[in-house]
Amino acid sequence: MIKTDIIIIGAGPTGLFAVFEAGLLKLKCHLIDALPQPGGQCSEIYPKKPIYDIPGFPEVLAGDLVKNLMEQIRPFEPGFTLGERAETIDKQSDGSFIVTTNKGTQHQAPVVVIAGGLGSFEPRKPPIANIADYEDNGVAYIIRDPEIYRGKRVVIAGGGDSALDWSIYLADIASEVALVHRRKDFRGALDSVEKVEELSKLGRINLITDAEVVGLQGEDKLDAVVIRHKDTARGEEVKEVDNFIPLFGLSPKLGPIADWGLEIEKNAIKVNNAYDYETSIPGVYAIGDVNTYPGKLKLILCGFHEAAIMCQSAYQKIFPDKKYVMKYTTVSGVSGFDGSKKEAKKEVVKSIN
Amino acid sequence: MSDIKITIIDREGEAHTVDAPTDMNMNLMEVIRSYELAPEGTIGICGGMAMCASCQCYILNLEHMLPEQSIEEEDMLDQAFFVEENSRLSCQIPITDDLDGLEVKLAPESM
Repeated sequence: MIKTDIIIIGAGPTGLFAVFEAGLLKLKCHLIDALPQPGGQCSEIYPKKPIYDIPGFPEVLAGDLVKNLMEQIRPFEPGFTLGERAETIDKQSDGSFIVTTNKGTQHQAPVVVIAGGLGSFEPRKPPIANIADYEDNGVAYIIRDPEIYRGKRVVIAGGGDSALDWSIYLADIASEVALVHRRKDFRGALDSVEKVEELSKLGRINLITDAEVVGLQGEDKLDAVVIRHKDTARGEEVKEVDNFIPLFGLSPKLGPIADWGLEIEKNAIKVNNAYDYETSIPGVYAIGDVNTYPGKLKLILCGFHEAAIMCQSAYQKIFPDKKYVMKYTTVSGVSGFDGSKKEAKKEVVKSIN
Repeated sequence: MSDIKITIIDREGEAHTVDAPTDMNMNLMEVIRSYELAPEGTIGICGGMAMCASCQCYILNLEHMLPEQSIEEEDMLDQAFFVEENSRLSCQIPITDDLDGLEVKLAPESM
């Protein structure tokens, strides 16, 4: 059991900055995120895109903003549970909460903050009618253990980096790899595209372009995929396979949080914006893009503001009897849990004789 | 004030003719969102960077009046589902006077 002061669900910019604001109040944080790296959308969708409305930064790349936030919160030693999705929340008799992930990791804290943005990133599933029947029975959207494909006939679909990279990787492991893509152009790193082209010429990857997987066949498990060619003369072909791996990127889904009994409106969590961004469950807050209230703006800078306000309220909740006065970092500096101390240089006083 | 009329067929098949301003630096996805013709969280997820395809629509007329597809848009549509010959990402279509009378249909939401 991981114990901390504040469990933060979502390691995007808002969740990361909440660690800083909590740290100033000497509260420790632990972040949970379904993605394997911190940064949320900024890292996953648009790391190379410039952002122009972060106060004090005329221009900053989304990836650099995340890097800076990670540096800013380092003294407060946040814990991370990455690559796992927060699945359930259970209130304990002492008023604390236990948040359990899809992999069974448990976290306990008196305060839970949902900074989940648009939700957790889930693989996008192609619209093939019976695809759900074969999930974990020949169809997988994520490759967890490449070894299970050893000696198997595998069809990968998609035209992005993950489709290219896994085709290259599995070419050494599987008995046959076919890569099906709707066009001849691939959007991916140039060397990956070149490597796939080379392996295709060597006959190690069966490259099927201008085509799409439109059907799946098999009694109890996947036996074949139906591939439709753009060229109507070639029509459809049935290809015998053991595994089909569609890799069409990720899209965010609110997911299990929607079933936590929180008040939801327009795919977002309703909060009290007159005070502290608390949800309909006392002790559970929602900040950043995941919340909604009259006048809500889904901006990173609004998430930062909400994080600061929320931490004050969380402090009072954790220490109801303690008096606390908000301090400016210019006055008090920043004291990390790692023993580090940042503060303004003292003026040198020297009298002239 | 300078508005044009655009007809948007939502995912349930209902047609809505709405006023779209040409002087607000808006794109078609933002118009659809401002009239709440698709639930929040199901359209414009990436904010309009041609990076998610949640705003895909089918262009029913005036196709020749639209700006050409950028490489980014073409690449994204390439990864999307339910793509047809007349598919475009509505976030890549700025509202201009030329588009008065435009008719579009929202593509199904992908799961």
